[in-house]
Amino acid sequence: MELMTAPLIEERPIPKAKSSSGCLKPHIEVENLNLYIQNNHILKNINLAIPDKSITCIIGPSGCGKTTLLRTFNRLHDDSVDVKITGKLFVDCEDIYAKDAEVTHIRKKMGLLAQRPCSLPMSIIDNVVYGPRLHGVRGKRKLYAIARHQLTAVGLWEEVKDRLKSPASKLSIGQQQRLCLARGLAVEPEIILGDEATSALDPISSKTIEELFLSIKDKYTIVLVTHTLRQAKRIADYVAFMYMGELIEFGTADQLFNHPKHKLTREYISGGFS
Amino acid sequence: MLKGRLLKDKIARHYMLSATIFSIFILFLIGGGLLAKSLPIMQEKSLWTLLTTSNWRPFKGDFGFASYILSTLYVTAIAIAIALPLSLLTSIYIIEYASPKILRAFTAVVDLLSGIPPVIYGVWGTLTIVPFISEKLAPHFVEFSTGYSVLAGGIVLAIMIIPLIISILIEVFSAVPKEMREASLSLGATKWQTVKKVVIRKSIPGIVAATVLAISRAFGETIAVLMVCGNFTTLPKSIFDACYPIPALIANNYGEMMSVPRYESALMFAAFLLFFIIVLFNVISRLVLIQIDKRYQS
Amino acid sequence: MKKLEEKIFKFLMISSTVLILSILLYILYVIMKKGLPSLSWDMISKIPSGGFYLGKEGGILNAIMGSLYLIFFSVVISLMVSVPVVMYLNFTLRRRSKLAAFARLTFDVLFGIPSIVYGAFGFTVMIYFGLQASLLGGIIAISLLIIPVMIRSIDEVAILIPNDLVEATKSLGATNYETIKVITRQLLPGISTAVLLSIGRGIGDAATVLFTAGYTDSIPTSLTQPTASLPLAIFFQLSSPVEEVQNRAYAAALVLTIIILTLSFAARYFSRRLSKNKI
Repeated sequence: MELMTAPLIEERPIPKAKSSSGCLKPHIEVENLNLYIQNNHILKNINLAIPDKSITCIIGPSGCGKTTLLRTFNRLHDDSVDVKITGKLFVDCEDIYAKDAEVTHIRKKMGLLAQRPCSLPMSIIDNVVYGPRLHGVRGKRKLYAIARHQLTAVGLWEEVKDRLKSPASKLSIGQQQRLCLARGLAVEPEIILGDEATSALDPISSKTIEELFLSIKDKYTIVLVTHTLRQAKRIADYVAFMYMGELIEFGTADQLFNHPKHKLTREYISGGFS
Repeated sequence: MLKGRLLKDKIARHYMLSATIFSIFILFLIGGGLLAKSLPIMQEKSLWTLLTTSNWRPFKGDFGFASYILSTLYVTAIAIAIALPLSLLTSIYIIEYASPKILRAFTAVVDLLSGIPPVIYGVWGTLTIVPFISEKLAPHFVEFSTGYSVLAGGIVLAIMIIPLIISILIEVFSAVPKEMREASLSLGATKWQTVKKVVIRKSIPGIVAATVLAISRAFGETIAVLMVCGNFTTLPKSIFDACYPIPALIANNYGEMMSVPRYESALMFAAFLLFFIIVLFNVISRLVLIQIDKRYQS
Repeated sequence: MKKLEEKIFKFLMISSTVLILSILLYILYVIMKKGLPSLSWDMISKIPSGGFYLGKEGGILNAIMGSLYLIFFSVVISLMVSVPVVMYLNFTLRRRSKLAAFARLTFDVLFGIPSIVYGAFGFTVMIYFGLQASLLGGIIAISLLIIPVMIRSIDEVAILIPNDLVEATKSLGATNYETIKVITRQLLPGISTAVLLSIGRGIGDAATVLFTAGYTDSIPTSLTQPTASLPLAIFFQLSSPVEEVQNRAYAAALVLTIIILTLSFAARYFSRRLSKNKI
């Protein structure tokens, strides 16, 4: 498997390794995406390719549209009546905004970690196996194995193995976020989306989550919206900088932070505005 | 200057405290007062006799409440059986599937109509439901029914409590955090699966609370049921039979109360029975809710 | 299979919504249809004359005025109790006070008690004090009925007032009473809504006045006289064998419905304004 790491600045896509479907595009490719809320033009002509099996961080001042963009990846705007989206978004070469695109299997490919950990109103183990159960996995032993595997992967197993049946809401916030990650991993996604996933957590829990991302990035494509530059500097392989609904610059972490090409990027990175 | 202000403050405090104590006291006053009034008949007949026999001959001194209690239970049960599923279905649709415009319009309608007094429902019931049962529905099932029946009472009650349940459920479902729904959807669940497994589950305490309130209302509703239930003392054998719930009993007979010994006490006992059951019910369900809260939420 | 389940439920949900909407609108339609023909200026401006119940002239002014008197005094009394209670619970007691929790529990229970119990209790109070069925009796019963309604309604709004506001006022050296005066101004829209809701509840209730207010053809001139009321006017006239009289019951029903709907509109309007000016 080879990944050409040519930096993307304009439109040169990063070729992905040939998957079984023969898809040559990068894992997620955004093409001329525009998003309107009522009549406000929120996302302006976004063109972006997310590289495979790495961590891409989307940064930018608050209100620049980074969360909005992230949520287009798994079609979370579907339920909002006022939102209009034009353009294409390819996941594994499939335009998820095509007229007949089926949404649940797209979402299954992606795990979402929201800002505030949102455990479902059920026990710890039911939370983790919620996804697999939805998609037809049956059998107590099988589900238990899945739960154990994912909880171990996020480092939660030891802490909860004796109380799997107790309500998930009783966990601390840091534990809940890890639980949500385990839950997301249990559906075996290919992509993980994180929407300021650590901003509600204390520094130690944050660190744990960041380390988890680093440890799994060789298996998953991870896209994170980060609220601090420091977090992006710590863990990003690629960085996308957004400002006022536009994608200003995209490149490897090293490129963007050390040799930013755009004036706005330079200003933002040096703490000029937020 | 200061003394004046402090004095005013003191007076205000005393006034507020008295008002509060008084208001709390109302509950105990009502309970105690009704109980005191019921004592004569409770002393004369055992509680068991009162509750389980169905002989009602005030002039002979027979006071068996069983048929009234049963009537009340039947009518309430039918009302809840009709109202709860309909209210749930409608509320879920309005919150989860309908557009915000429909939500606003519908809540407006529900709000306006939940204020309509019971007597109006009673009028409407006699005009529409009673003839409907008598002419169109009952002939399929029984030989004869005047239409004034358990079923009529149940239906009218159901229509009365539906706006109440819906307005509570709408609040309850709206309170489910958006992120929770999104978490479920992001795992690949369909909207319906999300509703089933997450929204409803999270709302169970609220649904229980709404049901309790609805049952309380249905149980004690007087005038609407009175106008359509037939007011006939009997152990109703089918829903097309006439019946005589406790509130109707009290309402119809208060005029004659004073003429027969123990009659007044019997009716006060009926009122106390209503009071007691509803208070007990409310308190128990509150305890249950606290337990549910402890176990399933944080 | 999953799709089928979803489709079935969607169908059920929509049918249920449509059904409920239609029934509620149908009720209004029937009331209007039956009541409108009998509604005339005479009807609402005259009291029943001698042959009224046999179908001759007169109107339901006795009931209209009776209901208005009943509800007016009841609301005044209820305000005198409810407002201090809510102020005490929210701004004098500590937020987590046990008394406050117990009080609220009591009020919740009182809220669920059926109106006939209030009527029966009102009746016993009247007997105890030697009162006859009268305006005063009705007022007592209705006040007791609407106190929990008002308390709950005002409390809902008072609870939303942020603690910081209260503390800021207090730290300026205001006494508790003075603080409350300031807050009351803020709560006025909420209190108005509560009043409207209570009027709605109290004016249409038959069971409270059944035992306690009596019934009469004239408009009461003192608290100790019996009084007619709209709900009872409807109820009694409906049971008349004379069709004319029955029609008047429908007219009374329409009048009552119109009053209630107007109150509901007003209450909604006020609570919209309240949320617009929220802090």
